[in-house]
Amino acid sequence: MDIQEVIDRLSQRFEGHIGNFEESYGLTTIQVRRAYIFEVIKYLKEDLSFNFLTDLCAIHFPDHEDEMRFAMVYHIHNLFENLRLRLRVFLPESDLEIDTMTPLFASANWQERETYDFFGVKFKGHPNLVRIMNMDEMEVFPMRKEFPMEDGGRVDKDDRFFGRTIHNE
Amino acid sequence: MSTKDTITLDGIPQQAQGQGYFLTSLDELVGMGRKNSLWPLPFATSCCGIEFMATMAAHYDLAQFGSERMSFSPRQADMLLVMGTIAKKMGPILRQVYTQMAEPKWVIAVGACATSGGIFDSYSVLQGIDKILPVDVYVPGCPPRPEQILEGIDKLRDLVHNEPLRRRNSPEYQQLLKSYGIDIK
Repeated sequence: MDIQEVIDRLSQRFEGHIGNFEESYGLTTIQVRRAYIFEVIKYLKEDLSFNFLTDLCAIHFPDHEDEMRFAMVYHIHNLFENLRLRLRVFLPESDLEIDTMTPLFASANWQERETYDFFGVKFKGHPNLVRIMNMDEMEVFPMRKEFPMEDGGRVDKDDRFFGRTIHNE
Repeated sequence: MSTKDTITLDGIPQQAQGQGYFLTSLDELVGMGRKNSLWPLPFATSCCGIEFMATMAAHYDLAQFGSERMSFSPRQADMLLVMGTIAKKMGPILRQVYTQMAEPKWVIAVGACATSGGIFDSYSVLQGIDKILPVDVYVPGCPPRPEQILEGIDKLRDLVHNEPLRRRNSPEYQQLLKSYGIDIK
């Protein structure tokens, strides 16, 4: 089995729900509709032996229209044939929700909690969707672009020394 | 191999003294005792902790100042050494460790991160531990060399030596703790 066969079988089975096949840096990427992501990954795991979830994470595109402002990315790996696949799902900011992968991959549990922690993506059916890394009192999702990276309480930073003024004046 | 004249003893409190007796103040005597038996509590979270390990080891030998034993229980420690980046999530834990220590207690912030947040000017990092607890000595460096940590401890020993016995009961000290929201009784 090679990656082309994987793509053929996927497109046959999920006709109209997946698309935008592309390859970048040697990694094949497929865009999937939100409602089908669980089924697609289940099929990949159970029928095509993609038995390892390498990573899952979110991306924030602040300049996109609402429908495509967030993306979820799944990297999965077929350890038998050494095939890798990247799946991408766009999510609207107004309805930031997607199915959890925890029934398929136990490792998704903490990764989804991390994604929730930093981006605020809600995972439907997740057993324990609470913050994992940041402090519980935090009210924002810090990896969203509108949130400043730097701590507001810092008083000793002089903008001149950080290249933030014209001609360092 | 050492000969007698190479050993220097800690100075006897300079007060009235003569054959078989000396007079001094209790402050002086207690200060001398305290400064030569500071038990450190290393709160090491990153690379400064590694430098402190070197400071404790034979080459730099922190034990020569009476800090032979690391106390990993806050109940038996006098000197809290905070070494490394303190994330905001770690803040309450550090504070709890501090409040568990018995008075008198002293705090050294070792390294840029514990002092000011260092390079980690980030939403997740506490910008200096003096935001949550009073600090006596700051040791700069990223990370500081063991010599610098020793110098910081030496400065603290001076503070300990010269601290009046009543300081911890003074309204100023109570006010200081209150400003950090630390309830002592």
